[in-house]
Amino acid sequence: MAPRDATHATAEHIARRSYGKLVAFLAARTRDVAAAEDALADAFAAALTDWPASGLPDNPEAWLMTVARRRLIDTARRRQTSTEAASHLKLMAQELEDLETTRDADTDIPDQRLALMFACAHPAIDASVRAPLILQTVLGFDAATIASAFLVSPATMAQRLVRAKTKIREAGIPFRVPERADLAERLDAVLAAIYASFAEGWSDPSGTETRRRNLAEEGIWLGRLVASLLPAQPEALGLLALMLHAEARRGARRDAHGEYVPLAEQDPAAWDDDLIDEAEALLLRASRMGAIGRYQLEAAVQSAHVARRKTGATAWAAIEKLYAALHAITQSPVVAINRAIATAETRGPAAGLAALDAIAIDARLAEYQPYWAARAGLLARVGDAAEADLAYQRAIGLEADPAVRRFLERRRAALRS
Amino acid sequence: MKYLMMIYNNEPAMLGASKEQTAETLAAYAAYTEALQKSGALVGSNRLRPSTNATTVRVTNGKTQVLDGPYAETKEQLGGYLLIDVPDLDAALSWAARCPGASRGTIEVRPIWEMTDYR
Repeated sequence: MAPRDATHATAEHIARRSYGKLVAFLAARTRDVAAAEDALADAFAAALTDWPASGLPDNPEAWLMTVARRRLIDTARRRQTSTEAASHLKLMAQELEDLETTRDADTDIPDQRLALMFACAHPAIDASVRAPLILQTVLGFDAATIASAFLVSPATMAQRLVRAKTKIREAGIPFRVPERADLAERLDAVLAAIYASFAEGWSDPSGTETRRRNLAEEGIWLGRLVASLLPAQPEALGLLALMLHAEARRGARRDAHGEYVPLAEQDPAAWDDDLIDEAEALLLRASRMGAIGRYQLEAAVQSAHVARRKTGATAWAAIEKLYAALHAITQSPVVAINRAIATAETRGPAAGLAALDAIAIDARLAEYQPYWAARAGLLARVGDAAEADLAYQRAIGLEADPAVRRFLERRRAALRS
Repeated sequence: MKYLMMIYNNEPAMLGASKEQTAETLAAYAAYTEALQKSGALVGSNRLRPSTNATTVRVTNGKTQVLDGPYAETKEQLGGYLLIDVPDLDAALSWAARCPGASRGTIEVRPIWEMTDYR
């Protein structure tokens, strides 16, 4: 590799590893995330011209921090007339002291990413912008990339992000891990935001959109970060286990021809054993803490699904119980559908259909593909081909992914043979 | 940071409350304001007379218009305010949650736009 490319690669590596840490530290006292991001962008630009010429600094993170801070101080000085600039400078001087006092013991920059994530997922921030805000401030994603993943126009996404950052600064949203009393509830918002980014990436059907695939990887990266910073929070471990379980089966969702393969028909040999083992170990650790929650339950469902990797049989009775517990927590119609599918496996398709009928009054289900697909499958099994045909038609009409559509078409065609 | 806590409540229900209920509410507010004061967070507070006593003023094309009644005719009306000085939004929100008005109506928490923040 040419030196310039090598430096570039190093800078990119540091950008990925340190971005959120630097933003969090630069913005922690002033709460001015946008200013911290701008200063950091300048510092990265300076690194790309400086490092190839003078060689890599001993501590690139500290180098970037120094340049970014100088830039922040310059910006504040330009507003010297206002007393606000003075208070800004005072805060930064305090920050510098913090850094110096911590430096002797530990040359690393204090990690305030978790505090930054709690600020981004604060209840005073609109729920729909929390995940995008975390992706931008902790990982440095640009608004256009985030917008494409969340199916929003780049201009709209940019505007929402700016508004949220302004609110953090002006409403005084603190950079702090909440007190014990509020921690569980507030952590839930952080985990929900991480899961939202993972799900956006994982839902990419063909796995060919690299932007989205990165999003799933970044979701796991954030999940690992939170689990390592809050190792005593069982739901943080549960979420990571859930994402690893899903990730382990990413490749198995398509066959060699790009056709959709439902979970029940996937070849366990195509699953990633290392990821599954890691997920199982996390779930075990979480369960020993004795505080069950939604992510642990969902991870446990995944665990029961992949049990056939060793036993040869899916643990349907366990899955049915887990979904019942999940439903008690979430009241989600999606969970109710999955429970009905499990019921069909333990007590027969007629019992599963009865369970689906019981939730059919929920108007949201009329437009929900998995409801119609589940219904069609169960109707076919009880021998009602005519009704099954209609249900498959509804499901096909609601599906966006061509591979899944073709799969449903094949099932529908099989009714007539 | 300074925050204004605006207490919005159901005015007809408030005015229709029994003597005992009203006394209870006032006692709860007295205790709450006392606690805020003791913590050093209270800057100022006032209860407002009902919105039927409100008068609205607007100047259009140099002509002053004076109207009887509040800015918006709604059931939920601004019934009072507290100005507090606390470290951050979380501290302000935890005070807002303890306000007696929060369990009957809504507290809007707004940061004060300090003169030193003007750019």
